[in-house]
Amino acid sequence: MAKGGGTKAAKLIRSSLYTLANIRVKPSYKKSEARIEEISGYPRVILVNQPATLPDQDSSPPLFCTNYVSTTKYTLFNFLPIALFEQFNRVANFYFLVAAGLTFTDYAPFDWPSQVVPLALVVGFSLAKELYEDLQRHWQDMTANCQKAAVHSPSGDFEQKQWREVCVGDIVKVKKDEFFPADLLLLQSSYEDGISYVETMNLDGETNLKVKRALQDLNFSVPVDDDKATHFQDFRPTIRCENPNSNLYTFTGNLEYDGNIYPLDPAQLLLRDSKLRNTEYVYGVVVFTGNDTKVMQNTTQSPSKRSKIELQMDKIIYLLFGLLIFISIVSASGFAYFVRNLVPLWWYLIPEVPGEDFDINNFLISGLRHLVTALMLYGYLVPISLYVSIEAVKILQARFINNDLQLYDDVTGVPANARTSNLNEQLGQVDTILSDKTGTLTCNQMDFLKCSIAGCPYGKRLSEVELAAAKQINAQLESEAESADGSLTDTASLEAITITDDGNSNNNKKGAIKGFSFQDDRLQKGNWTKEPNADVILLFFRILAVCHTAIPEVSEKTGELTYEAESPDEGAFLVAAREFGFQFIKRTQNSVVVLERLSKDQEPVEKEYTILTLLDFTSKRKRMSVILRDETGQLLMFCKGADTIIFDRLASDGKMYLESTTKNLNDYGEAGLRTLALAYKKLSESEYSEWHEKFHNAKISSGSNREELMEDLSDVMERGLTLVGATAVEDKLQSGVPECIDRLALAGLKIWVLTGDKMETAINIGFSCSLLRQGMKQICIVVSAEMLAEAAKDVIKENILSQITTGLDSIKNKKEPHAAFALIIDGKTLTYALEDDMKFKFLNLAVNCASVICCRVSPKQKALVVRLVKEGTRRTTLGIGDGANDVGMIKEADIGIGISGVEGMQAVMASDFSIAQFRFLERLLIVHGHWCYKRISKMICYFFYKNITLALTLFYFEAETGFSGQMHYDDWYMLLYNVFLTSCPVLALGVLEKDICAEFCLQFPALYQQGPKNLFFDWYRIIGWLANGVYASFVIYLVNLRIFSPESFRKEGQTADMYVIGTAMFTSIIWVVNVQIFLVSHYLTRVQLHTIWGSIVVWYLIVYIYGMMPVQWSAGNIYHQLPEVLGPAYKFYLSTVFVTILCNMPYLIHISYQRCYNPEDHHILQEMKNMKKDVTDRKMWKREQVKATQETEIGLSARVDAKMRLMKGRTTRKYSSLAPNSS
Amino acid sequence: MDVDGGGMSTDINNININHPLHARSKAIHQFTQQTLPACKPVLTPAWVIGTFFLMGVVFIPVGLISLHASQSVNEIVDRYDIDCVPDTFKSNKIAYIKNASTPKSCHRYLKVDKPMKAPIYIYYQLDNFYQNHRRYVKSRSEDQLLHGLRYNKTSSCEPQAFENGLPIVPCGLVAWSLFNDTYSFSRGTKKLKVERKNIAWKSDRNHKFGTQVYPFNFQNGSFIGGGKLDKTIPLSEQEDLIVWMRTAAFPSFRKLYGRIEEDLEEGDIVVVRLMNNYNTYSFGGTKMLVLSTSSWLGGNNSFLGVAYIFVGSSSILIALIFLLLHVKNPRPYGDTTYLSGNRKDISS
Repeated sequence: MAKGGGTKAAKLIRSSLYTLANIRVKPSYKKSEARIEEISGYPRVILVNQPATLPDQDSSPPLFCTNYVSTTKYTLFNFLPIALFEQFNRVANFYFLVAAGLTFTDYAPFDWPSQVVPLALVVGFSLAKELYEDLQRHWQDMTANCQKAAVHSPSGDFEQKQWREVCVGDIVKVKKDEFFPADLLLLQSSYEDGISYVETMNLDGETNLKVKRALQDLNFSVPVDDDKATHFQDFRPTIRCENPNSNLYTFTGNLEYDGNIYPLDPAQLLLRDSKLRNTEYVYGVVVFTGNDTKVMQNTTQSPSKRSKIELQMDKIIYLLFGLLIFISIVSASGFAYFVRNLVPLWWYLIPEVPGEDFDINNFLISGLRHLVTALMLYGYLVPISLYVSIEAVKILQARFINNDLQLYDDVTGVPANARTSNLNEQLGQVDTILSDKTGTLTCNQMDFLKCSIAGCPYGKRLSEVELAAAKQINAQLESEAESADGSLTDTASLEAITITDDGNSNNNKKGAIKGFSFQDDRLQKGNWTKEPNADVILLFFRILAVCHTAIPEVSEKTGELTYEAESPDEGAFLVAAREFGFQFIKRTQNSVVVLERLSKDQEPVEKEYTILTLLDFTSKRKRMSVILRDETGQLLMFCKGADTIIFDRLASDGKMYLESTTKNLNDYGEAGLRTLALAYKKLSESEYSEWHEKFHNAKISSGSNREELMEDLSDVMERGLTLVGATAVEDKLQSGVPECIDRLALAGLKIWVLTGDKMETAINIGFSCSLLRQGMKQICIVVSAEMLAEAAKDVIKENILSQITTGLDSIKNKKEPHAAFALIIDGKTLTYALEDDMKFKFLNLAVNCASVICCRVSPKQKALVVRLVKEGTRRTTLGIGDGANDVGMIKEADIGIGISGVEGMQAVMASDFSIAQFRFLERLLIVHGHWCYKRISKMICYFFYKNITLALTLFYFEAETGFSGQMHYDDWYMLLYNVFLTSCPVLALGVLEKDICAEFCLQFPALYQQGPKNLFFDWYRIIGWLANGVYASFVIYLVNLRIFSPESFRKEGQTADMYVIGTAMFTSIIWVVNVQIFLVSHYLTRVQLHTIWGSIVVWYLIVYIYGMMPVQWSAGNIYHQLPEVLGPAYKFYLSTVFVTILCNMPYLIHISYQRCYNPEDHHILQEMKNMKKDVTDRKMWKREQVKATQETEIGLSARVDAKMRLMKGRTTRKYSSLAPNSS
Repeated sequence: MDVDGGGMSTDINNININHPLHARSKAIHQFTQQTLPACKPVLTPAWVIGTFFLMGVVFIPVGLISLHASQSVNEIVDRYDIDCVPDTFKSNKIAYIKNASTPKSCHRYLKVDKPMKAPIYIYYQLDNFYQNHRRYVKSRSEDQLLHGLRYNKTSSCEPQAFENGLPIVPCGLVAWSLFNDTYSFSRGTKKLKVERKNIAWKSDRNHKFGTQVYPFNFQNGSFIGGGKLDKTIPLSEQEDLIVWMRTAAFPSFRKLYGRIEEDLEEGDIVVVRLMNNYNTYSFGGTKMLVLSTSSWLGGNNSFLGVAYIFVGSSSILIALIFLLLHVKNPRPYGDTTYLSGNRKDISS
C-alpha cells in the first residue's frame, strides 16, 4: 500500500484528533502491596516475552492451550469409532447391523450376503462421505493454522512463525491489513501515541473502524527498524487477567512492569480474526490463544443438521418398525400355535427330532426363536437403501445447485456451493429468513447521491429503491389501465412513467466514481456559483471537506488520492467534496488542507484550516464537530450529525431552511438513503477561549466525572447552530436485493434483519429493502441509556414488557385493513427480551409484525434470536450472512447460508450453502428448494411403498407355510431388489423430477408455499402411500396365488412349484413398482424412461442369466426357470399385465380425479404450460402471476400497493370533489 | 420442452447441434442445468376417459378368450382317501395306513362326463400338506442329488442325512417323504396306457439329478417315510422323485403323475386301481386323483378370465363415470380460477 502517505500519516499523534471517545485514563501506578494483592485475584498469569516452558515452579504452572485451532469433528483415532457409532445410532442401521450379525446363525431365513452386502455398502458410503467432509474441514483449518506471523524471538529478531506455533506471552508484530493471529494486548503501534485502527467486521459485523490504543506511559520508543526491535528483549512484564470468556467487549487485568502496575481494559485488546487497518504495524503480546480466543469462545459447536423431512421420515421408519414388530409377533404366535397343535402330526417333518428351528415339546421357546427369524425376514419393510439412496440423490441435487449457471456470479466468478447436501429439501420449506445486513444486503459501499442545501433538494438520480418501485408501479398501472377502470389511474400512471424515464436515463451513466453517484448540473462543473444560495452551498462543501477524521493517502501506483476514513460515509463525503471542487489533500497535526476550486475557470487554491478542537462521533452523541480557524482568522464550528440531534440544537435564527430540509429528509428516508444534517456556527474568540479553558481543565482532570463533564461541555458548545443542509448517502444494496426480497415476500416468506449496526442505519436499510415504508407503524422497543445504567433489572424488564404489550395491543386494535407494523429492537433491549420469562411475548409480537429489525446485536444474540424463532414457531428458519459475526446464526438456523466472495470465509465455512449474492437466494429457495422438496418427498413415499409391497408378500406367503419363515423368492432377488432392481428409477426421480419448470416457479412464487405447508409429505399423503403398498402387495399375492395354483399353468400340464410362483410374483412386483414410478413422475426425461424400462428389462435378464448358471451357483431354485418353465407359459404374461394394471388402477383413478376436480396449483400450471398460455395470452398470464402471491406487508410490491391505494384515494377524492360542481 | 435460456449459457446454446460432439456437450449442458427435454404427460379428462375405455376394450376380450380356454378343459376330480379305507378301519385310519400288512389296493370308477382329448394329464392332489414348511424345504442337498455319495456335506438334510452311520442318497425329508400311491387305469377291460416319462422338467432330469447317482441306504431306517426307490435306476430317471422334489408353494397342491395318451369318450367309465400307501391320515390331509386335459392356458382355472372381464368392465364403468362427471361439471383445461390464489378470493 501507499508507503509515502502512510508514513506521513504515521507521524501524526492520532489521539489528539479524538477528544471524547478515547479519553486516556491516567493509570495510577504506585506500587503498593495492598494493590497487588487485590489485583492478583486475576486467575490468568502471563509472563510476557518468556518462553512458556519456564513457568514459576512455586505457583502451579499456567498451562495455556496452543494456538492450533481445529474445527474438525473427528481425529485420526476416533474417526472410526465415533463415525460408526453415529451410523449405528440411526435406528434402522442398528437394526440392520443386528440382523446382519444374526444371518450367521441358524435363525436367518436367508444367507448372509443378502444382509451383509447392502449394509456394508450403505455404511461404507456414509463413512466415506463423513471422512471426505471432515478432511475438507481439516484442510481449511490447516490453511488458517499455517498462516505466518512475525513473532519476537529471544535473539531480539522477529521470526516468521506459523500461527499454530504462537504461544501465550509471545510478542507479535502485525502489519497493515493482516489479521491478528490470536488475542493480543496492544503494546505499541506505528503511531507515536499507540493508536491503531482495527476492523472487527468478522467479529461483530460493524463496518466502521475501531480505535484501539496501547498502554500509555509504558516506556518505549517506537522501533524504527522494521524487523529489529531489540528493546523488547528486556521487556518482561507480567500480565494478570481474567480467564478466557466469550464476551467480546470486556477485558480486565493488569500489567506489571518495572514495579509499576497498569490496569488493562478492552481498548488494548486486539481480537483474533479482526484486521489491522490504517496503521502500518503494531506490536502486541499474545494473551489468549487458540480455543481461548474470544472469537473461538464465541463459536458454537456446529450442530449436525437434519431436515424436517428426514425427521419425519424417521417417524415413518418407527411406524414401519412398529408394523414389523407387529407382524413378527403375529408370525411368531402363529408359529407357536402350529408347533403346539399341528406340527406334531406332520410326520413328514419328523417333528419328534428337535431341530434348530423348533421343538414340539417347547412351543414357547420355538415361538420366541421364530420371532428373531421373523424380525429378520420382514426387515424388507424397512428400506435399508433408503438412507443411502437419499444421500446419493442429495449429492446429485447439490451438484445441480453448484452447477447452476444462474447462481453463478460472473463478476467475482463464484458459483453457488452446497456445502452440506443433507438440507436440500429444507430449502423448499423455509418460513422465516433471518438476514445479516452488511455485506449481505448491502455492499458496504456508500454513494453520495443527493443533498439538500438551504432547503433546496439537489441530485436527480434515483435511489435503487425508488427506481425499483417506480418500475413496478408502472407495470402495475399499465396492467390496470388495460383493465377496465383506466380513467381513474390515468393521472397516476403519467406521474409514474415520467419518474421511470428519468430514472432510466440516469441509470446508464451510473458507476463512474466509487462513492459518488450524485448528478445534478446545478451543482456540478462549478455551476453552483450561479445558484441563488451560493454562499450556503460553499459552506456546505467546506463542511464536507473539513469536518471529518479521515486521512488522505496517495496511491503509489496511480498517484490518486484515496481517503482512509473510519466509516464509508465519511469517505463518500470526501469524494463528493472532491468532485464538487473541494479536495481534501493533507492533514497535519492541527490543520486540514483543502484544495478549493471556487469556479470552473479558476485555478484551485490551497486553503489551510487550523483545527482547534475536534469533538468526535460516538454512537451516543450521534454527531461530530470541529472548531477551526479559517485563513481569515474567523473561528467557526462545523457540525454534522443525525438530523434529529442537529435540529434540536439549532439557534432560533438558524432554522431558515428547517421546514424544507425536513421535507427533503423525509423523502430521502423513504428512498432508503442515509441522511446527515450539516450545520455551522460562528464563534467569537472570547467565547471560544472561555469554553476551551473549561474544556481543557475538564480534559486534564482526573475526577471520575471527567467524561460527563467533557460531554456536558461539548453539548454546551454544540448549540445555537445554523442549519446548512443535509446529505443523503445511499448504502449501496447488493444488486437485485430489493427485487429478491420482494419475490421472497410474495412467496410468503418472512424476513428479519439482524445487524450489528446502528439503529438508524438499520432503519435506513429497512427502507431501502422495502422492509419498512412510510405509513408503516414502527414499534421501537428501546430502553434509554440512562435507564440501563441506573435502573434495576426488574424495572428495565417491566419497562420492556409494557412496551411489548402496548405494541401487541396496537396490532390487535388496528383499524385499517392494510396497516402494517414493523418491530425494531436494539441489542441491549434484546438481552432482556430474550430472557426466558419474556421471550415468547417478544416472539408473539415479532411474528405479528410484517418486518422485524434487530440492531446492534452481538453474534451470540443473533444465534439466540434464531433459536427463539426456530423453537418458538417450530417453522423452518434460514440464516444468511457473510461475516464471522453471523457464524452463530448460520449454525443455529435450520439452514445456514453464507455469502461468499466479499469478506473472510468464516461464514461460508460454517454455512450449509454458500452463494455469491443475496439475490441468488430467490432461485435457490423458490426453484431448487421447491424442486428438492418435492423430489425428496415423492422419493421417500415411493421408497416406503415399494418396500411394503415386497415385504408384505413375504408375510402372506409365510402365513401359508405354517409361519415357518420360508421365502418363495430366491435370496438374490431380495438382495438385488433394493440395491439394483428398483433403485435407479427412484434415484432418477429424486434427481430429475420437477413439477414445474424454473421459470414458472419464479413467476408463481405462491407455489413455494406447498413446501412450508408441507403439502407433499403430510401424514395424509404418507398413509395414503403406505395403504397403496398394502393394497398392491395384497393384489400381487392373491392374484398370483389364484392364477398359478393348484391347476397346471401351461399347456404341457406341469404344475407350478414354489419358486415358479415366487418368480412370477416377483416379476409382478417389479412391473407394478416401475409402472407406479412412471405414474408418479411428471417430468419424464430420457434418463427416467431408460431407467424405468431398463429396470424391467434387467430383471428378465437377471432371471435368465442367473437361471443359466450351473446348478451349484444358483442353488438350483430357479435353474433354467425363465426359458424352460415360465417363458413358454402364456399365463405368466397375462398375470403380469393383469396384476400391474390392477395394482396401479386406484392410484390412477385417484390422480385423475384429483386433477380433474380438485386440482392443485402445479396441475393448472402444467396445463397452462402445455397450452403455451404464457406465450399466447400474455395479459392473462401477467394477471395470474400477480394473483399467485402470498399476502405480504413487506417488499416492493407491498410498498407499491400502499402507494397505489394512496394515489387512488387521492384521485377518488379529487373526482368526488369535482363531481358536485359538474352536476 | 423448456429450455431456460440463461444469460451466461449463450455460448453453449449457440453451438451447432448437428455436430455430434457438440450435441453431446449440449446434452451435458442440458443435464447440468436441468433443462433436459422431457415429455410431461398431463392427465386431461380425454386422456383419462380414453385410457380407461381402452383398458376395458382390451381386457374384456382377453378375459373372454381366457375364460373360454379354461372352460374347454375337462377335468375329473376324485377324492379317495376316505373311501379307500376298509370299513373295519374307518374309525382308525392311522392304524390302517401304518400297518404294512393291511390290504392297500382300492378300486375307483370315474365317469367321463365330457369327451376328453389326449393327452389327459393325471395328477395327484394333496391338501393340508405343508411341502413349503421351512424345515421341509431346507432338508435336501442339491449337490448330493447331482453328485451322489461323492458329496458328503449333507448337514442340511437333517434329520434324514444318515441312517445306521451311512449317508442316505437322496437325503433329506423331501425325498424321504416321497409320495407312493400308485394308479393304473383301464377302460372296460382294456388297460389304458399311462405314460410316466417326461413328467418332470427337462433341465431337472438333465442337470439337477445325477445320471450316475443311485439311491443308497434309502428308507432303510426304523422310520419309513414314503415311497421306496429302485436302486438300479439313477436319480435322473426317477421322475416321480424329481416331480416330488419340486416343493409346492401352498399346502394344497397338485403334482403330475403321468399322461393317458388316448382320448376318452363321453360316458366312458375309467376304472382306477390304486395302491393307497401314502399316509395323509395322520395330519388330516386329503388325497385326490385328478384327470384333466389342458388348454394353451393350462388347467381348468377360470380365475384369470373372470378377473380380466371384471377389471375390463370396471374400467369401462370408470370411464363412463369420468365421462359423466366431465359432461356435467367440466373443468376447462388450464382454467386459472382453480389456482389457489383465485380460490382464496372466492372463499374470503
